[in-house]
Amino acid sequence: MNYRKNLFFSILLAMIITGISFAGGTKESTSGQKEKQPVKLSALFMKQASYSEQDVRNMTAEFEKENPLIGISLEFVSYEALHDKIIAAAASGSGYDVILIDVIWPAEFATQGILRDITKEIPKSMIDKVFSGAWDTVLYKDRYYGIPWILDTEYLFYNKEMLKKAGISAPPKTLNDLADQAKIIKNKGIVKYPIIWAWQQSENVFLNYVVLVAGFGGSFFDDNGNPLFNSGGGLKALQYMVQSLKDGVSNPASLQAISDDELRVFGSEQAAFALNWTYMYNIANTDSSQSKVVGQVGVEPTPGDGVNVQIASVNGSMGLGITQSSKNPKEALKYIEYLTSSSVEAKYANLSLPMWKSYYEDPSKWPKGQKPLINAAQLSFAKLYNRPMLAHYTQFSTIMQKYLQKALLNQMSPKDALDAAAKEVVQEKANK
Amino acid sequence: MRRSSYYRHKILKLIFIYFFVILLIASIIAPFFWLIVSSLASLKDLVAKPLHWIPRHLNLERYREIFLGQIGISFRYALRNSILVALLSTSVSFVLSLLAAYSLSRFPGKYRSNILYVMLATYMMPPVAILLSLYIMLRQIHLVNTIWGLSIVYCSFLTPFLTWILKGFIDTIPKEIEEAATIDGANRILILLRIVIPVAIPGIIAAVLLGVLMSWDEFFYALIFTSTNKAITLPVAIAQFTKRHSIDYGMMAAGGVVAALPPIILAVLLQRYLIQGLTSGSVKG
Amino acid sequence: MLVVAGIVGFPFIKTIYTSLFNAPLIAYTRKAEWVGFENFIYAFINPSFMGGVFHTIYFSLLSISLNILLGVLTAMLLNQKFFGRAFVRTLVILPWALPTVVNAVLWRWIYNPTYGALNALLTQLHIIQNYRDWLGSAGLSTMTMVVLADTWKNYPLVTILVLAGLQMIPKEIYEAVKVDGANWWNTFWRITLPGVRPALLVALVLKTIDGLRVFDIVYLMTAGGPASATKTISFYVYQEAFGFLRLGQASAFSVINVTIIFVFVIFYIKFIRSEGISG
Repeated sequence: MNYRKNLFFSILLAMIITGISFAGGTKESTSGQKEKQPVKLSALFMKQASYSEQDVRNMTAEFEKENPLIGISLEFVSYEALHDKIIAAAASGSGYDVILIDVIWPAEFATQGILRDITKEIPKSMIDKVFSGAWDTVLYKDRYYGIPWILDTEYLFYNKEMLKKAGISAPPKTLNDLADQAKIIKNKGIVKYPIIWAWQQSENVFLNYVVLVAGFGGSFFDDNGNPLFNSGGGLKALQYMVQSLKDGVSNPASLQAISDDELRVFGSEQAAFALNWTYMYNIANTDSSQSKVVGQVGVEPTPGDGVNVQIASVNGSMGLGITQSSKNPKEALKYIEYLTSSSVEAKYANLSLPMWKSYYEDPSKWPKGQKPLINAAQLSFAKLYNRPMLAHYTQFSTIMQKYLQKALLNQMSPKDALDAAAKEVVQEKANK
Repeated sequence: MRRSSYYRHKILKLIFIYFFVILLIASIIAPFFWLIVSSLASLKDLVAKPLHWIPRHLNLERYREIFLGQIGISFRYALRNSILVALLSTSVSFVLSLLAAYSLSRFPGKYRSNILYVMLATYMMPPVAILLSLYIMLRQIHLVNTIWGLSIVYCSFLTPFLTWILKGFIDTIPKEIEEAATIDGANRILILLRIVIPVAIPGIIAAVLLGVLMSWDEFFYALIFTSTNKAITLPVAIAQFTKRHSIDYGMMAAGGVVAALPPIILAVLLQRYLIQGLTSGSVKG
Repeated sequence: MLVVAGIVGFPFIKTIYTSLFNAPLIAYTRKAEWVGFENFIYAFINPSFMGGVFHTIYFSLLSISLNILLGVLTAMLLNQKFFGRAFVRTLVILPWALPTVVNAVLWRWIYNPTYGALNALLTQLHIIQNYRDWLGSAGLSTMTMVVLADTWKNYPLVTILVLAGLQMIPKEIYEAVKVDGANWWNTFWRITLPGVRPALLVALVLKTIDGLRVFDIVYLMTAGGPASATKTISFYVYQEAFGFLRLGQASAFSVINVTIIFVFVIFYIKFIRSEGISG
C-alpha cells in the first residue's frame, strides 16, 4: 500500500502548487478592473503588432485618465487568431465594441454587417490630413468603416556591402534593374541566390504578387468585376517571378518562406535583396543579436517598371473599427479617435510610422537613424496600391495563392495559371 | 557447450537491446537538444551557415523573460491555467469514465459498447466544425473565457475516450479475481477500489497521462474560447510569441521547453506505478 | 453522463443538419436556405477538396503505420530489463509533452532550406552535397516530412498505451509458456499480442482519428503549400468556415470527414473482434 500513500502525496503536492499559482494570479486580474465606470467598452487588439501589448495598454490608460467615464477592457490575440476571433464573436451575436482590422477585411465585414459605417462621423478636415491610400484601409464602396491605424507597406531592402562588392553604385530604379543587378551579384559569386521573397502559399505569395502587379501597372478587375489580371501587368508580374526563379536569382526557398524567413535569410548574408515590411529595417540594421548585416541595410520604395510606374507599394495597413453590435458607439469612436490622433501616433512613431502627412514635413521630429526608412515611407505611402476590395476576398486570395504556386513550381505556365485562376474566380462568384 | 551458447545468446540479446535503447535516446534527444540550443542561442547564430552545434553565445535571457519579464506575463498565467484545466478535466473525466468503464466491462449489454463509439463521434468531428455551436453554448452559460468552460469542453471528449481506454484494460483482468470477493459479500464499489484498481494501475496511469496530455496540448478550442490571462492556455500563449510579420522562434523554443516540464514531472511521479502493477504481486493475494 | 451526452450530441447533430443548408457563418445579413445535398455534390466534384481527401488519407496511413510500428517496438523495448530503464521510460514522454505549436515551429526550422539543422547535419556528415528544400516539393514528399515531424512527437502515446498493456499481462503466463518450450515468435503471437489487443485498438483508433482530422501541424508547418500539396480535409473545413464563412459547406466537409473516420474505425473493430474469436 506504500504506492498509494505516495500517490496521495503527489496529488496533494500538485494541488498545493496550483493553489499557490492560482493565488498569485487572481490578485493581479482584479486590480485591473474599474468598476465604477458607467460605460464599459471591450476592444480586441493584436499582440505585438507594431505596438506591443504594453504600448496599447499605456495609450488606453492615458485615454481613460482623460475620459474617466469610459473604461476599456482589452484583449490581445495573435494575428492568426484575430480574424477567427472577430468571426466567432460575430457568429455568436455579440462581442467586442472596438476591433483591430486588417486592410483586406472591411469589405467582408461590412457585407456581413459586422462593422459600423462611420462615414458621417469622420470630419472632412481629418480626411485631407491623412494619406489617401491609408483611408483605403477602411473604405468599402465609398463608405468609411473605421480609422486607419498601423500603416505599413513592403519596401525593397538591399545589402549595401554586397552591391558595393558587385560594383553597383545605386540600388535598382526599376524591376528590370533589380533582376539585372541580381544577376551581376550572382555571377560574381557574392551570394548564391541574390533575392529572397515570401512566396509561401498563404497571403504572403499573393502580397508579393500584388506589389509586382502594381509595379507593372496592372489591375485585377474591370469596373464590371471581370478579371483583368491574366493579361497585361498581372501576367507580366507572374512571368517576372517565374523567370527570376529560372535564372537562379530568386531563392527557391522563397516558395515556403514567410516574412520572417526573409528576415533570417537577409540577416545572415544569404541574400542581397528582399521585399519586406517596415519592421525589418530596424531589426536587420541595428539588432546585432539577430542580424549579421548591421549598418549595411539600405531601404528604398519598391521600384516599378520605370515606364508607367516608378514606385510599387502595397497597402498592408490595419485599422480600428467599431462593431455593429456595440452598444456604445459614441464612446468607441472617441477611443479610436484618440488612438489614431497625430499626437499619440507621433509619440510612438519609432514603432509605427504615422498616417498624418504633417509628420513627414518636419524631419526634426523624426527618431534617430530612421531617415532612410521615413524617406522611403513617405514616397510609398503616397502610392499605396490596394488588393482588390471584395466581399469574398478570402476565396479570391485562396484561388490566387494556389495558381501562383502552380506557376512558380512549373506545373503550369504563368498564362495558363492566371487564366485558370480567372475562370475559377468567376465560378466562385457565381457560387457565392 | 549448451551453456556457452546460452550465454552467447544472452549477450547478443543485451547488445541488441542496448543498441536500440541508444538509438531511441538519440532520436528523442537530437531534436530536443536543438530546441534547447534554440532557446539559449541568439537568432543570428541559429541561422549561420555553416551551423555551429554549440553556438558561442548562450544565455538564459529568454527564460528570465518568461519567468520574470514583461512578455512572459501571459505565459505565466497560461501555465497556471493549463495546469488547472488539465487537472480539472482529467480528474472529472477520470472518475466518470472509471465507473462507466467498469460497468460496461462487467455488464456488457448487446448494444452498450456501441454507445461508446457513438460518444466518440464528437471527437471525430473536425474541431473547426463544432467550434461555433460550442462557442454559442458556452456564451449562453457565461463560460466563455473561463477555465471552467474550457474544462467542460475537454471533459466532453476526454470522458468517452478514457472510458474506452479503461474498459479495454479492465477487460483484460480475469473475472475470477473478483468472483472470490463477490462471494465474500463485498459490493461493487469496494471491488472496484480494492481489486480492480490495483490490478489495472498501469492502464490507469496510462489513461491519466493521456488525459492530461490531451488537454495540455489542445489548441484550437482554447484559441477561440479563451483570450485573456484569466483563461488562456499554454499553446495559445506560446502562439502569441509570433508577431505580425515575424516569429520569435527563440521565445517559442524557450516556451516549449518550459511547457514540456510539468507533464514530465507528472510522468516522473507516476513512473513507478507504471512499472509496478502486476509485477508487484498484487495478484498473489 | 447526460450533460456529457448533451455537449457531445448537440453539436454533432447540428453539424449534420447544417450540412444540408446554404448556411452562412454569420447570420446578420443572410438567412440559411435548404439546399439538400448540393454541398455534398460540390465536395465530390471539387478537385481541390478531393485532393485534400487524398492527402488526408495518405497522411493517415503513413502516420498510423509509423506510430503503431514505432510505438509497439518502443514499448516492447521498454518492457525489457536494462540499465536506466526508468529514465528512458520518462524520456520517451518528452516529445509528447511538447505543445504541437512548438513542435511545428521546431521542425519547420529544422527543415529550413537555407539555414535548417537537418541540412547542416546531413551536409556535415557528407550524406548530401547541397542544402535541400525539404518542404518544397509539390509531390507527396512534403507531406511525408510533415508526417515524420508529427510522428516524432506523437508515437509515445502508442508506446505508453501498449506498455501499460504489456505490464498488465501476468508474468505467470510467460513462465508457463516458457516451460512449454515456445519460441519468442510463438510467445509474441499467443500471449503478447492478445494481451495488448485492447490497448492497441485504442491506440489505433486514436491515431486514426488524429490522422484523419489533422490540421494544426500542417497549418503551422506549410500552410497547405506548396501548391496545395499538404491541404487536408480539416484544412478545407477551416477555410470554408472561417475563411469563406460558408458554414453549410464546412459542415458537409466535416460530415464527409467523420464518415471516413467511421469507415476506418468500424473496419478495425470488425477486424479485431473476428481476430479475437479465431485466436
